[in-house]
Amino acid sequence: MTSRDKILTAVMLNQPELTALPTLSFPEEEGINPIEKFITTLTGIGGQVINVSGYDAIKNHISKTTNPNTRLITNITVLDDIAEMLIEHPGSLQDVELAIIKAHFGVAENGAVWVTEDALGGHRVLPFICQHLAVVLSANDIVADMHRAYERIGDDAYGFGTFIAGPSKTADIEQSLVLGAHGARSMTVFLMK
Amino acid sequence: MTVGLFIPCYVDQFYPGAAIACLQLLEKLGVTVVYPKNQTCCGQPMANSGYQHLTGGCNDLFIKNFAEFDYVVAPSGSCVLHLKEHLHDEDNPQKAKELSNKLYEFTSFLTDVLKVKDLPARFPHKVGVHQSCHGQRGLHLSQMSELVAPPFSKPGSLLNMVKDIEIVPLNRIDECCGFGGTFCVAEEAVSSKMGIDRVADHLEHGAEYITGVDMSCLMHMEGILHRQGSKVKVLHIAEILNGE
Amino acid sequence: MENHKDHAELAEVFNKDEQRVDWHDETLWWIRQKRDKSVNQIPEWELLRDTASQIKNNVLSNLSSYLRQFETKAEAKGVIVHWAADAAEHNQIVLEILKSNGINKMVKSKSMLTEECHLNEFLEQQGVEVIDSDLGERIVQLAKEPPSHIVLPCIHKKKEEIGELFHKYLGTPAGNADPQFLTETARQHLRETFLTRRAALTGVNFAIAETGEFVVCTNEGNADMGAHLADVHIASMGIEKIIPQRKHLGVFLRLLTRSATGQPITTYSSHFSKPRKDKEIHIIIVDNGRTVQLGREDFRNSLKCIRCGACMNTCPVYRRSGGHSYHNAISGPIGSILAPNLDMEKYADLPFASTLCGSCSNVCPVKIDIHQQLYKWRQVIVKNGYTTKAKTAAMQVMSWTLASPTAYHTAGKAGRLTLKYAPFMVNNKLNPWYKHRDMPEPPKESFGEWYNKNRK
Repeated sequence: MTSRDKILTAVMLNQPELTALPTLSFPEEEGINPIEKFITTLTGIGGQVINVSGYDAIKNHISKTTNPNTRLITNITVLDDIAEMLIEHPGSLQDVELAIIKAHFGVAENGAVWVTEDALGGHRVLPFICQHLAVVLSANDIVADMHRAYERIGDDAYGFGTFIAGPSKTADIEQSLVLGAHGARSMTVFLMK
Repeated sequence: MTVGLFIPCYVDQFYPGAAIACLQLLEKLGVTVVYPKNQTCCGQPMANSGYQHLTGGCNDLFIKNFAEFDYVVAPSGSCVLHLKEHLHDEDNPQKAKELSNKLYEFTSFLTDVLKVKDLPARFPHKVGVHQSCHGQRGLHLSQMSELVAPPFSKPGSLLNMVKDIEIVPLNRIDECCGFGGTFCVAEEAVSSKMGIDRVADHLEHGAEYITGVDMSCLMHMEGILHRQGSKVKVLHIAEILNGE
Repeated sequence: MENHKDHAELAEVFNKDEQRVDWHDETLWWIRQKRDKSVNQIPEWELLRDTASQIKNNVLSNLSSYLRQFETKAEAKGVIVHWAADAAEHNQIVLEILKSNGINKMVKSKSMLTEECHLNEFLEQQGVEVIDSDLGERIVQLAKEPPSHIVLPCIHKKKEEIGELFHKYLGTPAGNADPQFLTETARQHLRETFLTRRAALTGVNFAIAETGEFVVCTNEGNADMGAHLADVHIASMGIEKIIPQRKHLGVFLRLLTRSATGQPITTYSSHFSKPRKDKEIHIIIVDNGRTVQLGREDFRNSLKCIRCGACMNTCPVYRRSGGHSYHNAISGPIGSILAPNLDMEKYADLPFASTLCGSCSNVCPVKIDIHQQLYKWRQVIVKNGYTTKAKTAAMQVMSWTLASPTAYHTAGKAGRLTLKYAPFMVNNKLNPWYKHRDMPEPPKESFGEWYNKNRK
């Protein structure tokens, strides 16, 4: 008997009588402005939100705040004049200073953005390995909470997807919060109206 | 209505004042109270130590002594909780269940059955209220700080009827005192430390008296207060509510 | 009985340094308060708990079917699924995966399951280098200690001690205890590890039966740095990590981190479905005593645990005794109801390391009746003989005395008289109560005696 059979048999023998799955009954909270809540929450957890009207504003901001001698990378084609295109540089991403990606949507209750493999051009490590992460998010694409988030994801067959909520962090040393653990040191959301 | 008064073993032996106050207050509220003389203990010290199987004698005595009353009232959250959860009679399970259902901790009897709305008591002192765990989390005598739920307190509502009393705030409103039955000696170091911390919270907020619904918690804190040479005293809540 | 220190003895040692106990206790209480602040912003919090509890009840009742479903879906996506009946088999499977790929260096992110299996020790003995990438785990790895908390591995360590470790092993300046500086050092030191390791092992927070995907939650990003740069990603999970449907993640991800640290969500909640092109993902599904626990009617609910650590943060005993005093991979209240199932003799002390205050059950996001299980384990442990003759004798005397009104009255009076006339018999070193507390004052009469005089 394989371990698989052993385990499944033991589970079968020991599991209790079937109890039903509950229905999920979590209506969206009323009277909340998701955009405002998203901004407040993300800012509260160490992220930065910059309201922009279009890509020109993004380019402007980046050129003002980024060291020109560092490596910027993106897969947003309209940004090809300020950053390298990811698709043309499949090599090591370890020296990326700033990665600029698009998120599918944001979640107001926790300031997270949902990003899948296709938004990363297949380079899963990108939002983690860069020193700084910038995310372009449409203000219309903010859902209230995680229940709405999974409704939105539906049965999408991503190979990889992740919620990113702010910069990487740790409080392992005497509960002192430090931003910038192993993932990005900072996280900026360009919120497009 | 006739109430059978159940007095925890250590209250009977070491804190008769608490029991007397219970009895007197119930009588003042118009209740006929009887104290069956052959009562002993609810059996909790053995059950909590893993010896539930040795509590048959206690169960039988309890049922024998109390089955006949309209209600059974005890000044102890932990004894009442234990009996509600574990009182059983193999020969007559229904009898044990019925008895369990008419068993009340003292303050909840006042609020839920007698529906006391005012008391003539006066206690012009600063008082810290200790929320004994079994009464609070087990019998829901008051809201639990862990839950997202509206606050309430049965003992608190009764204390609020006492004139000139000042209830002091605390840093940790419902942390355990560390008595825990045989835990108090089996894990002496942690038990004392928990008691020392509880007492420190009350002292920090200027309590002159520490009160609660369980004498076991108070006995443990009193032991620490005495050792520290503190003038702060412990009083069972019945003694405050019964005062004039 | 095996000769090892039990919780009470270890806790006594821990309590010798009162200032340190205060520091440990206040730190964890502060985390409990952060949790409270966070959950009180969710009016439907109790409904969330209730829903999660019912979902997990359903999981346990339909586990064999969900496990099969999960395996089928995962395999269809190209994930390789292994089954390990016990810790030894789990470790062997990891070794074989590494060896068949010619790998002898691996980076790991947090997995309490691998602590349970003592994986690091095993691999090191087999010539495989394992580096823990979670900052807290890396710190205890350097200190050659086990983690003391399932979410905050080095909560028992002061920053000066961490500074010393880093000075010794990573070359930081002596005396530097600045958390920012130390974290930056770890970032640089581990970046090299991530970039060069061909194998990464992660835990699994949730495994979805419906889709065959699994979710790994971190704040540091270390699980992702390891997994997305490695050729081989190994994910170890206990059989109980299953949840039925993807949408249930909405419930669990709302509960997990708020319960653990008071954050609304971890920085990263990564959903792994398929391996990267030409790379491998292996999932190892582990039993190691879980099916036995599943069969224990009174204790199976402990398998609902989502490893948030909230019970540890709220436990007044844990905060004042530290995780190491539980001498088990998983400590605190949840550890105390899981461990006796693995080895009742070794862990007979744990269910007694509690006052049964019930706070743990109230913070548990999946509503495990922890304090009720602690009580029930006490009965099982005594019934199986893992207690002392002295204790049993004392209990039998107590039982006999309390079953007889006459014996009880006599004993009570004797106790009071002893306290009154011969207090030295009780007020001494042999009486553990007396170490930090005075005995109660003996009253002149018991209530029973007063009642006889003043009523009836």
